[in-house]
Amino acid sequence: MKSSIPDSRFWAFVRKEFLHVFRDRKTLLMLFGVPVVCVTLFGFALTNEIRNAKIVVCDYANDDASRQIIGKLAASREFQLQNPLLDYNQIETAFKQGDIKMAVVFPANFNRDLLHLNEAQIQLITDASDPNTATALSGYATNIIMDYQQELIQLQGLPYTINTEMRMVYNPELKSVVNFVPGVISLILLLVCVLMTSVSIVKEKESGTMEVLLVSPFSPFGVIVSKAVPYLALSLINLTVILLLSIFVLGMPVNGSFLLLYAVSTLFIITALSLGLLISNITTSQQAAMLVSLMGMLVPSILFTGFMFPLENMPYVLQLFANIVPAKWYYIIVKSVMIKGLGFEAIWKETLVLLGMTILLLVVNIRKFKIRLE
Amino acid sequence: MNEIVIQTDKLTKRFGDFIAANEITFDVYKGEIFGFLGANGAGKTTVMRMLCGLSKPSSGAATIAGFDIYRQTEAIKKNIGYMSQKFSLYEDLTVMENIHFFGGIYGLSGRQLKEKGEALITRLGMRNETKKMVSSLPLGWKQKLAFSVAILHDPKIVFLDEPTGGVDPITRRQFWDLIYDAVERGITAFVTTHYMDEAEYCNRISMMVDGEIKALDTPANLKKQYSADSMDEVFYGLARKAKRNL
Repeated sequence: MKSSIPDSRFWAFVRKEFLHVFRDRKTLLMLFGVPVVCVTLFGFALTNEIRNAKIVVCDYANDDASRQIIGKLAASREFQLQNPLLDYNQIETAFKQGDIKMAVVFPANFNRDLLHLNEAQIQLITDASDPNTATALSGYATNIIMDYQQELIQLQGLPYTINTEMRMVYNPELKSVVNFVPGVISLILLLVCVLMTSVSIVKEKESGTMEVLLVSPFSPFGVIVSKAVPYLALSLINLTVILLLSIFVLGMPVNGSFLLLYAVSTLFIITALSLGLLISNITTSQQAAMLVSLMGMLVPSILFTGFMFPLENMPYVLQLFANIVPAKWYYIIVKSVMIKGLGFEAIWKETLVLLGMTILLLVVNIRKFKIRLE
Repeated sequence: MNEIVIQTDKLTKRFGDFIAANEITFDVYKGEIFGFLGANGAGKTTVMRMLCGLSKPSSGAATIAGFDIYRQTEAIKKNIGYMSQKFSLYEDLTVMENIHFFGGIYGLSGRQLKEKGEALITRLGMRNETKKMVSSLPLGWKQKLAFSVAILHDPKIVFLDEPTGGVDPITRRQFWDLIYDAVERGITAFVTTHYMDEAEYCNRISMMVDGEIKALDTPANLKKQYSADSMDEVFYGLARKAKRNL
């Protein structure tokens, strides 16, 4: 009798796997703790900085209009004005020295330009090494300046325009926050599925319980499937936790379809589970399984996903190599769905690549597994 | 005692040029305790693994509980129990969880699990330990529990691979009481062991040397045949002829 259909034996096995997971409190804490701490810390660091962000003013105009705008900036709770700078060239030093997040530069003749030409410029320079803060701060400042402009228009009845010119220093492409959440998701899913699964299977080989399972009428295929179930569940819960945190703590909504995001994530989880299985097939000790998972899987994923180090800057050979890292494709998909709000038509190619990898891994696994049993 | 439950005919296992088990032929009768003896590396475990379906024979034939070793592995698996030489329960599960898991994968129903689990706990006198982690139990208890779990589904044959390694003589004696108990209920026990005093507890014994069975009889007959006072002497007499490096 084939026992691949879920029956009471299958559920007895799944139950036992869940017990293993829940008994190992430390690992469980780590699995849920790491993403929660990562995302929360990041989120709080952000929200704190946006209150009382330290900014400097470089006022070449020193006239009524510039002083009024500076007064408004100083009065807002978002900003905390530091000592004004006298020279534009001091700005860079100020950024480098302290925790200055933004510099506001008024050109000479600001008020005169405004009154005579009905148009004037203000330059906002932000430190984009922390891109979320940079965009938020320049947004706040622009709002305050626009408020002033409205007041002026109402007061004088003339169409005054104040143009704000933005300049980002250090990280003009604004990379990180938006990349952070998809990156954490890919890594956590890999950690849970590859590392945990391979270790849990190898543990049974080490302790001798695998033999007992193979002697039982429970099919080897069933052993693998029921081992995968708890980790699939854990991964989906973890994904949900990260998404909730990113929505409610980071204020970063999921712009695309949740259903699509979960469907593709499930596919990636299966890819990762097959990888974990492959590792458990080629290793015989928990240490070896852990080492192969970390060195062979997690490190390349961190390096070649593109969320820590931009792939475009890598040598061509490494860019080619990045293509065989499943996390790279998943990362692109999550970014597209979550941030850009794109649908399946935009990610079908990447999905197909993941699907192909999964099928290939499963085929290799089934072959390997059969050989091992002979 | 004449119903045959294990029958092997020239069962052979080769690993490349090395013949781990060479033309092994023997019968085991229902309800007996069959001792499978031999020095380390003599091929005991290889034979046992073939009989349990963990490894495919290179040639030869065998039936277990009347089922063919090549074609009816699923049926065989349902009719045997197995306790490996490594301790084979889950340390991070409680006594009761282990019982439910192993009973569960043999397809026992909830009611059967409850009844059999209760009976097992009573027999072992482990009423107060059901909720304890297996890792916290002394080795002797673990082994008794592992054996009881291996026969929870009432198999026709139970295979015991050096079940009493590392336990004290008193616990070993108690362990053998459990085996006798199981045999009385009609289970056949196939045991490998190092301990020659345990060999005396078996109904019949086979001695393996260099991948072949060199002797097979009751302990009394073997002692007579080799004019020895104890099984120790019989064993040394045979093992001394071994050519393989021990």
